[in-house]
Amino acid sequence: MGIVSIISLWFIPVLIGFILVYGTFKQVPTYESFVEGGKEGIKIAFSIIPFLVGMLVAISVFRASGALDYFMDMIRPALEAIGVPAEIAPLAIIRPISGNAALGMTSDLMATYGPDSFIGRLASTIQGSTDTTFYVLTVYFGAVGIKKMGDALKVGLLADLVGIASAIIVVTLVFGN
Amino acid sequence: MVNIIWVAMTVIGIIFAMFNGTMQDVNEAVFTGAKEAVTLCIGLISILVFWLGMMRIAEDAGLLQILAKLFRPIVKRLFPEVPNDHPAMGYILSNMMANMFGLGNAATPLGIKAMEEMKRLNGNKQEASRSMITFLAINTSSLTLIPTTVIAIRMNYNSASPTDIVGTTLIATLCSTIGAILIDRYFHYRRTRKGRM
Repeated sequence: MGIVSIISLWFIPVLIGFILVYGTFKQVPTYESFVEGGKEGIKIAFSIIPFLVGMLVAISVFRASGALDYFMDMIRPALEAIGVPAEIAPLAIIRPISGNAALGMTSDLMATYGPDSFIGRLASTIQGSTDTTFYVLTVYFGAVGIKKMGDALKVGLLADLVGIASAIIVVTLVFGN
Repeated sequence: MVNIIWVAMTVIGIIFAMFNGTMQDVNEAVFTGAKEAVTLCIGLISILVFWLGMMRIAEDAGLLQILAKLFRPIVKRLFPEVPNDHPAMGYILSNMMANMFGLGNAATPLGIKAMEEMKRLNGNKQEASRSMITFLAINTSSLTLIPTTVIAIRMNYNSASPTDIVGTTLIATLCSTIGAILIDRYFHYRRTRKGRM
């Protein structure tokens, strides 16, 4: 557990230092490259606004009406029997389908339970450790005109399941209460 | 699929409110939800700009190529159908490296190029080849080293230590990638066994 925390703490600053020193050594115009890359960040941040507005409004309506609590109480016993917090279930379902929708749910979970709560950390880990299977399949197979996907969807979804299961196990081990 | 989930959540919520007497809350939720989403995106700008800027330096300095060279021996074993010096291998490696650094926008075009080359290797068939399925399995399991967006959201909600999930994310992503490779192998051997019979 100690090692995981130390890696988390040191990883980013050390990586930043390394990139800057290495870039200078390779005579990259560091500051100019940085600015160029940064511009893309602005584009991304603005382009996800409609995704998040749509998803957060839907989740807010679903929760404010009382429907979310109702459904969560219904599935809670089954999920808790296998050690999954019911709050995570909607995120786990939507994660392979839409990355930005999942991002909306992750932020909603953090707003509700706090980023440093068990749920907040679990949502963060799930969001970061799996990717949007349906999106990847559609984009890559669509772009090169593959009609028969073979086992790709099955493999992708099973891998997502492994990812979510390992996120739950790891977060419970490291941050468990 | 996402369309159905999205509409279902909203409509079920509204119908539920009719019977539950929570119409007032739903009214407010529409506006607070939208407002929160925009606030969140504005908050994301800071870290996205910084991180993508850093990654551009890494890219320009050739760090991605160095990593690609480092990982070549491992990746070679995952794609036995792809010849060592074939351009497909280069694109596969650069796509994986870009993904690791959270350069999603750079990773996608590289991934598409990799798919094109693999399709050519497969005689331009409209059918997914073994290497394509492996490639997609690894891609969907996500190899991110630093979950930039997640860290940004955690900062937005005033986390005491926004980066403390980097370690758990790394371990989880490693498990899911290893899982993806094993599952992919299992399905491959099942296919070949069926083919022989």
